[in-house]
Amino acid sequence: MTRTRGRRRPAARAYGVAAAFLVAATLISALVGAADLNPVATLAALLDKIPFVHLPSSLSPLDRAVLFDIRLPRITLAIMVGGLLSVAGAGYQGVFRNPLVDSGMLGASAGAGLGATLAIVYLSSLGPAAVPVAAFVGSLAGVMIAYLSGAVASNGTATLLLAGVAVGLFLTAVQTYLMQRSAQDLQQIYFWLLGSLSGATWQQAAEILPYAAVSVTIVLLHGRHLDVLSVGDEEARALGVRPARVRLVVIAASALAAASAVAVSGLIGFVGIVVPHLARRLAGPSYRIVLPLSLLAGAGFLVLADTVARTVVAPAELPIGVVTALVGSPVFVWILRSTRVVGT
Amino acid sequence: MIPRASKLAALTAVAAAAALAGCASATSTSTSTASGPAAGSPAAAGGPEFPVTLTAANGPVTIKVKPARIVSLAPTATEDLYAVGAGPQVVAVDQNSDYPLTAKKTTLSGLTPNLEAIARYQPDLVISYQDANGLVKGLKKLGIPVLIEPAAATLNDAYAQIDQIGRATGHLAQAQQTVTSMKAQIAATVRRAGSSHPDLTYYWELTANPYYSVTSATFIGQIVGLFGLKNIANAADKASDGGYPQLSAEYIVKAQPQIIFLADNQAADGGQTPAVVAKRPGWSAIPAVQHDEVIGLNDDVASRWGPRLPQLVAEIAQAVERASR
Repeated sequence: MTRTRGRRRPAARAYGVAAAFLVAATLISALVGAADLNPVATLAALLDKIPFVHLPSSLSPLDRAVLFDIRLPRITLAIMVGGLLSVAGAGYQGVFRNPLVDSGMLGASAGAGLGATLAIVYLSSLGPAAVPVAAFVGSLAGVMIAYLSGAVASNGTATLLLAGVAVGLFLTAVQTYLMQRSAQDLQQIYFWLLGSLSGATWQQAAEILPYAAVSVTIVLLHGRHLDVLSVGDEEARALGVRPARVRLVVIAASALAAASAVAVSGLIGFVGIVVPHLARRLAGPSYRIVLPLSLLAGAGFLVLADTVARTVVAPAELPIGVVTALVGSPVFVWILRSTRVVGT
Repeated sequence: MIPRASKLAALTAVAAAAALAGCASATSTSTSTASGPAAGSPAAAGGPEFPVTLTAANGPVTIKVKPARIVSLAPTATEDLYAVGAGPQVVAVDQNSDYPLTAKKTTLSGLTPNLEAIARYQPDLVISYQDANGLVKGLKKLGIPVLIEPAAATLNDAYAQIDQIGRATGHLAQAQQTVTSMKAQIAATVRRAGSSHPDLTYYWELTANPYYSVTSATFIGQIVGLFGLKNIANAADKASDGGYPQLSAEYIVKAQPQIIFLADNQAADGGQTPAVVAKRPGWSAIPAVQHDEVIGLNDDVASRWGPRLPQLVAEIAQAVERASR
């Protein structure tokens, strides 16, 4: 009993920290940007949107358009993508009992890249809307091929991971081949691969919301199962958990989460592998806590990264992948060094 | 049986006609080259112009005799070659050389050139825009002269490349004519539309998501600069991006450009048509969108630095004239 209480308290504190981080990141992000909106007037305009709050704001109609049609959808999408990638990463890490697994593994990123490339090269007549759909389908197809190839070989998780690597390399090879063949599309494909939230719209957020909600809910509900799995398949079976089934469900849900994110943002690396680690540093290895914590922290992390990307050289922008890796890596290493005890 | 036979006959007839046409055009060009130098150039037909030593981006290159088998790995170089009248000497052009339509398009690539594939055409001159995959070194081993004609930084660079391609192929007079005519057309267009519009701002879109643009220092920026427009991307200029900054959507909207040029509007280049742009959330607040001054350019012409530049200048001028009215 004392142990449970001892673990609850740091968990509550960790949730508090992560939630505060997300709120702060969102608020900062809403107040800054290349359009140089007056922060006080912007804050007033935002608070005015809260039910029963009426605040006059000096924002011009143009400023309002910038805030509500461009900046806020972008922040919203950053929250969703960051949360999705982090939950997917944590879910995979639980399934494979391996902290080095990322949301893009198992052919997900490679499949998405190939899907987007196919759409850019061959489906350009359908207009720009074909690319996110193709990336979404490609990402899911990549995971499915990897899962089936791995399952055929054996039922071990290591085999599945290796199959994922092989499938990923194969899909990337096909994609690179297509890129070489159509040099005129190179620029477009390259920018898609780099990842970006710069064209974010409310519509995109609405389109991925159902997939995001379903996939995140399923992964979060399996926290306890992943905890049981972490002690070994035999023990899990003894406790009434069916390892193969849990794995399949969590992999499918994580794949759906990652695919929804990739469809609207392209390939943004680093988030899915780093955020769950930060969560473990904060609150220990239990997936019941790591998963929801990753959702909150990942959302905050990507909002912050995107804010840096769009403000640090304003009115120009940096690719968001550059920010997540260039700023994220040193911070991550520093956190690893300064907190040695809690994690696995 | 009968239809198949007649089809075959028809095919043979077409082939024969094509062969005849090929001969005819070859003869007519050789006469025109002969008459070219006689008209002004001191050199006599084909002979004394060669050997010629030219300085391209890959250093001095000597071409011993008038090339008869040219391979072009660059869409701009292909357009230049045909414009100066060297078309009949061209045996193969790369997969992206889609203009003129008569160019002998192959699967060759300028991005990732394959030496053996190029050598198969037994070229006596190769032109490309970059020295990739050891192109220059490899062709040197094979004794094939190669000219690297990289992306032009200024209009004068573009003219100089046409001039150089004219010298390299024995068509200097026609090259000079081409340049003179381009200069005249561009000057006339600029005169008509006016070279000073400091009150007009523009945004040039290279790609959407992310939004990449060009500053006034780039080749394109200089061309639009002929009309004295103000470029909203200049504020985002920094040394590291070589004049091609990535802009924030909110900055573009807030900058209120009066003209938007889309170099990504054709389906193959992203399909960001004026209609798509108008539907982007928040963009309806931009004057260019409100006044229908979002211009879908011919993306190919806008991304090359060849003989069709006057066409690009005319497209820009049209927008400028409408916007300043």
